[in-house]
Amino acid sequence: MPSLALLAQSLASGIFIGALYGLLGLGLSLAWGLLGQINLAHFALAFLGAYLTYQLSLAGLDPLATLALIVPAFFAFGAALHWLFARFAVSAFNSLLVTFGLTVIIEAAIQWIWSADFRRLESHYADVRYRLGTLYIPLPELLTLVLAVVLSLALWAALRYTDFGKALRASAEDAPIAQAFGVNAKALALLLSGISAALAGVAGLCIALSYTLAPSQIYAWVGVVFAVVMLGGLGSALGPLVAGIVIGVSEALTAAITAPSWAPLVSFSLLIALLLLRPEKI
Amino acid sequence: MMRTLGTLFAAGVALACVPLLKLPAFYESFLYLVFFWIVLATSWNILSGYSGYFSFGHGAFFGTGMYATATLTTKAGMPFLWTLPVCAALAALFGVAIGAVVFRAGRLRGELFALLTLAVSYVLATVILNTPIDGGPGVSLAAVAIPQLAPTAPSTFYLLALAAAIVTLAIAYAVQRAALGTGLFAIHDDEDVAEVLGVPTYRYKLAALALSCALAGAAGGIHALFVSYVTVGETFSIVVPLSVVLMSVLGGTRHWLGPAIGAALVTALLYIFTASDYAVAGRAAVGLILIVVILFMPQGVLGRFVRRKPKPASGLEFAHANARIQDLTPSVTPSGETLLSAHGVSKSFAGVQALAGVDLEVRRGEIVGLVGPNGSGKSTLINVVSGHYRADGGRIAFAGHDLTALSAHRIARLGIARTYQIPRPFAHLSVHENVTLAAMFGHAGLPRAAAEREARRWLEYTALAPKAAALPRELNLHQRKFLELARALAARPQLLLLDEVLSGLTPAEIDGAIALVKDIRAQGASIVFVEHVMRAVMQLADRIVVLSYGRVIAEGSPAAVMGRTAVVEAYLGKAHA
Repeated sequence: MPSLALLAQSLASGIFIGALYGLLGLGLSLAWGLLGQINLAHFALAFLGAYLTYQLSLAGLDPLATLALIVPAFFAFGAALHWLFARFAVSAFNSLLVTFGLTVIIEAAIQWIWSADFRRLESHYADVRYRLGTLYIPLPELLTLVLAVVLSLALWAALRYTDFGKALRASAEDAPIAQAFGVNAKALALLLSGISAALAGVAGLCIALSYTLAPSQIYAWVGVVFAVVMLGGLGSALGPLVAGIVIGVSEALTAAITAPSWAPLVSFSLLIALLLLRPEKI
Repeated sequence: MMRTLGTLFAAGVALACVPLLKLPAFYESFLYLVFFWIVLATSWNILSGYSGYFSFGHGAFFGTGMYATATLTTKAGMPFLWTLPVCAALAALFGVAIGAVVFRAGRLRGELFALLTLAVSYVLATVILNTPIDGGPGVSLAAVAIPQLAPTAPSTFYLLALAAAIVTLAIAYAVQRAALGTGLFAIHDDEDVAEVLGVPTYRYKLAALALSCALAGAAGGIHALFVSYVTVGETFSIVVPLSVVLMSVLGGTRHWLGPAIGAALVTALLYIFTASDYAVAGRAAVGLILIVVILFMPQGVLGRFVRRKPKPASGLEFAHANARIQDLTPSVTPSGETLLSAHGVSKSFAGVQALAGVDLEVRRGEIVGLVGPNGSGKSTLINVVSGHYRADGGRIAFAGHDLTALSAHRIARLGIARTYQIPRPFAHLSVHENVTLAAMFGHAGLPRAAAEREARRWLEYTALAPKAAALPRELNLHQRKFLELARALAARPQLLLLDEVLSGLTPAEIDGAIALVKDIRAQGASIVFVEHVMRAVMQLADRIVVLSYGRVIAEGSPAAVMGRTAVVEAYLGKAHA
């Protein structure tokens, strides 16, 4: 049995990685649940964002300031992507295949520009660590947690309390009826798809701050984040964060108690159990 | 059928002579990869393409084969070729074990099934990584003897993969042509209706999964020795299942040859680019092609270019089909004995008591009208009798069989057929195929050729023969209602359950339909029909059963029942004046 300090540290790191799962899952879940768009390219977009952060900070920009460029650019990309899906009436499943094609293209582009070697963003954030009792809390991870919590809460409130959110939920449930009641479903869908892609950009910043980058890493997150999205409930804004932290913590504890390589078993067993026992909850 | 298989095997024999040409080894290695992907994509398609259960877990079954060969050859010293049947058996067993759970647990379809299978492969990967099967560093097969099927090792692998590809394609073709394939295509379009028409959906899905897994397992076994170094990261990479899906969709999932074409195209494309200096650009090109194909040809290359060819009926068949219904020998003679008896049937949905102890008896040759206000439980009763829902309580017996615990396809086989109030044809099957399927899987249980003739006859009878080759979406509502009827009749049922066949039809169409129902009874089938068109009820029914709030409130001859105050009140409310 590992020491209490070690357990506390892995609990903390579980919360941090869980926040990143939640942040990555947030855009995915909203686009899937409310637009019927299963965007596998979300992961590739996040890595593209991470590489752009890396490149821009090489040029002297503060990593956080890169968001000013990445967020609008990604928003436009997400809106364009949904325009394409709407134009060709792509079904949910086919959107998965199309975005797989997109993933392959983005991966190739990343490899073309930045090569397949590992890249590491060297920023002043990376060296900052806070001490809390026996716990070490690195600033990049803390930033990720703050961003994930703030964005999830903001979107949750927007969906729940604003007219925009209500119209969006109505058109997700039945687009033709919502349109008959005066909801501009098309514009809302473009907006949401844009937000979703912009969220991938934000997640990319967090990845760049805490992790080493390589094009092959794109696929490493797919399984666990999909599990987070399903466990959190499709179309939910708070669900991914909660599910992400649950999975992150249970993975971290599994890794601390047994071995790190056993960690994936937890999230996927949870997902299987959920799918088999409560499929109607998704 | 034999000709296609003959061509396939002839092609196989011709290709088996390629090593005699003594080409440079990389040609054989390239062709090996083509055949390898053909096996994987085609085997995936047998379950996922045909039945619409898209699996992302193909890597798990392929991986089972890889690690079975790796373990058996290195740790148990088993000769390589002997491990291949073990690979296939293990993968099939693993698949069936998963299917037995998944296919029973509700209707997990589409993205959810894809995710579930993906999760299963990640769990398997984690287990293999952390147990002595792999343990982390991977397994090297460098010391394993390569069987001497040909002078060189590349030729041996080429021949092995070729044989696997030919066998896989032959199986895919045979499945598509067999009843299994027909049933799987029906499951793809509407699983509930398939089951109600008599397709044993659960068994068919398991069979398709077992075949699919066995082939993938064998391919994995061969590939383990080909790569000679097996790692968890490579084996269970998400790229494997995604590539398989990509190839199949690219080629066309509704045709046995589609995945093979997709696999050959993608492999060739990647190889051409890898051989040049533009490997990265090559992958991007594949991604772009995938996007373009899905957007512009969602049916795949084959689906786009192989048009549905309507089978022209020979003159003989049409002469046959012109036979009037009276010429058909009745399957049973009306005798007045009890055919269906339901006692105390109850069913509730989340607190709503849809049926609260309904008793119903239907005698042979009788037409029973089931009436009652909306929400009184008429359709639920039909759904319970046909096996779509299982009753919470009570007993239902039909022609000496207890239906209470039977699944819907067994009930259909016993001789109960139904129509749906809102027609539910199989969207991707032609009108003729829709009806043929009912004749194959229903009470009639005919072999395909006979079922096709039988279907022609009922299409003629319902005036749908000119539309035989059309897809259901090309029919209007009236025609789709008649397609429902033709499908139910082709099953040659003893008891026909009609759920509001007349709703939405014009008065003239109703008259035609009434004549048709009378005609059907003349053949000897008993009929229970749910109807709101009272004119039809009064004309057709020998006896009326009135339901209200899930209970029978009146029963008897049409004129007597419709005069009763309780019935009038149930429909119109209490008179207070």
